[in-house]
Amino acid sequence: MDALNSLLQGFLVVLTPLNIGLMFVGITLGVLIGVLPGLGGANGVAILLPLTFTMSPTSAIVMLSCIYWGALFGGAITSILFNIPGEPWSVATTFDGYPLAQKGQAGQALTGAFTSSFVGALVAVLMITFLAPLVAKFALRFGAPEFFSVYLLTFCSFVGMGKGSPFKILASMALGFALAAVGMDTITGQLRMTFGLSELMRGFDFLIAVIGLFGIGEILLSMEEGLAFSGKTARINPKVVWETWKILPRYWVTSLRSSLVGIWMGITPGGATPASFMSYGLAKKMSRNGAKFGTGELEGVVAPETAAHAAGTSALLPMLALGIPGSPTAAVLLGGLLIWGLQPGPLLFVEQKDFVWGLIASMYLGNIAGLLVVLTTVPLFASILRIPFSIIAPVIIVICAIGAYTVHNAMLDIFFMLGFGVIGYVFKKLDYPLAPMVLALVLGDKAEDSFRQAMLVSQGDVMIMWSNTLVGSITTLALLLLFWPLISRLLGFLRRPKKVDPLLAEQPVD
Amino acid sequence: MSEADGAPASDDAPQHVVTRNCSVDAVVSAVLFAIGAVVVVQARALGSGWQSDGPGSGYFPFYIGLILCIASAGIFWQAVFSAKRNRGTFVDREQLGRVLSVFVPAVVYVVAIVFVGIYVASAVYIAAFMVVLGKYPVWKSILIGVAVNALFFAMFEVWFKVPLYKGSLAPLSFLGY
Repeated sequence: MDALNSLLQGFLVVLTPLNIGLMFVGITLGVLIGVLPGLGGANGVAILLPLTFTMSPTSAIVMLSCIYWGALFGGAITSILFNIPGEPWSVATTFDGYPLAQKGQAGQALTGAFTSSFVGALVAVLMITFLAPLVAKFALRFGAPEFFSVYLLTFCSFVGMGKGSPFKILASMALGFALAAVGMDTITGQLRMTFGLSELMRGFDFLIAVIGLFGIGEILLSMEEGLAFSGKTARINPKVVWETWKILPRYWVTSLRSSLVGIWMGITPGGATPASFMSYGLAKKMSRNGAKFGTGELEGVVAPETAAHAAGTSALLPMLALGIPGSPTAAVLLGGLLIWGLQPGPLLFVEQKDFVWGLIASMYLGNIAGLLVVLTTVPLFASILRIPFSIIAPVIIVICAIGAYTVHNAMLDIFFMLGFGVIGYVFKKLDYPLAPMVLALVLGDKAEDSFRQAMLVSQGDVMIMWSNTLVGSITTLALLLLFWPLISRLLGFLRRPKKVDPLLAEQPVD
Repeated sequence: MSEADGAPASDDAPQHVVTRNCSVDAVVSAVLFAIGAVVVVQARALGSGWQSDGPGSGYFPFYIGLILCIASAGIFWQAVFSAKRNRGTFVDREQLGRVLSVFVPAVVYVVAIVFVGIYVASAVYIAAFMVVLGKYPVWKSILIGVAVNALFFAMFEVWFKVPLYKGSLAPLSFLGY
């Protein structure tokens, strides 16, 4: 009951005209970001972050998290109408969404996608409401070794659960840590790897990296294809929505399963993209209509959308309760908290009750607002995609440059942004995952601090990572995940080789 | 997407292939190895061992550099010696042309910001991009370039009070912001 009381308190904090207005502004901007190529949840929030510096933290987080929900909703529009996934996690939505649109049932597909996104988010928010305070309470007893073991688990699960070469995952992560180490050492105050350049003293800000990697990199990638959009038109009227809503309850098993998959993949840093693929695959295997998947089956839209939204939402749980984000976008929101002077982590639930519960309440309201906005404005956003790329591309590059500049009012950052753009383009083409690099950039200093504190406690003895059951089991699990690619190969030798899942080949390295 | 331009297509038009995935992979891993080596050397200089008051500044970066070196050596091995290396096309000539047609103007644009500031550089950049790559009429391009930046100006300088860079020549100083 404690959680419910706090939640009501949260609703009172959020329900001001200003916050509700910001909520709708955020959702609209978010859908716009989700629809446009080159702008996504992570870099969209990063670019708009400086605009919120003057707001109160609660208003700011309401707006920024709504941008995130909007981007999650928006990805589905381009997938279904244009067969172009606006975001990596909506790739799986194209499998059945676009065929539905080709059959003239775009309205049904969109309604199904939006509604199941909403359901996925709702289940995840309910989970956050009741689980986050418990996790935070538990984590209050954490010391430096425990925190380092959780960091270790976060990064090792990228290796164990990621797709593609484990070496590339490790390299991407280590590069992030190396860039994070540039600048002043937080403990001794020594300058590290600045090569005598005073501009490098600040280090590399991950917001610049996010804007460059995801923004400029994505524009370069889209340009390579020489984009010419040809989309289906969509009209959503209340009748189509009502008809679709009458069908959707039939898929409750799929929805529930996909929500659970999404929640699991969101809390562990698996992310929304693998979640959507996994739940599409499961639905295909378990559904009675499984054979018809890929030809325009509504259930094939419901499954990935529910999971993606559930994963995107639950990625905020470790960010709030432990201060460890589960996705690049959650990492950017965490960066926002630090800028507004809030220390994410278990103490947030004790010291900043209004803020935390305001945020959780805004998750409920933001998703309701999001559903309303997307259902009513789809034609508008679809028409934005008809603006030629030769206008959109320079405008997005300008927006990225402005965003990079406003973070620190530093001209050098715009050059860094271009550099990160090239890295993003090359890495994306070579299947290096970008998420581990971004998370390493954000968490680099904190992971290092907790490691050094743990080493100080034990006077340099690594065995402190196994000093009690809790820290020992987390560390062991982390190492198991780190060596999982080797272990699974060994197991593969012992058992007979299984056939490759064709669905897995379509999944982008995220 | 690398899945799309996989291995089979590359053999049809070998004369247009600029680079292959495995060669770029090898070069990138060599660069990463160099970065890792620099990190290790720098960390050694800072003190990667146990100092009088605890672990030194280079303690953590030393291992990070080591991981980077090991991982990039692994990637290099996979790219050069593995039988399953990806010989698909990294870029063909047409794609490289398209990418450079966006990237080179972007670099020029960022350099221009240093001198004339974000607003003027952006307006010129958008207009020029539309004329040259989009084949739009000049008046339309200038109109859109100026309109977009007028909107940004109103948003940043007037509404949100976030001043943007005006450049060392500050051509917009007559506006009083």
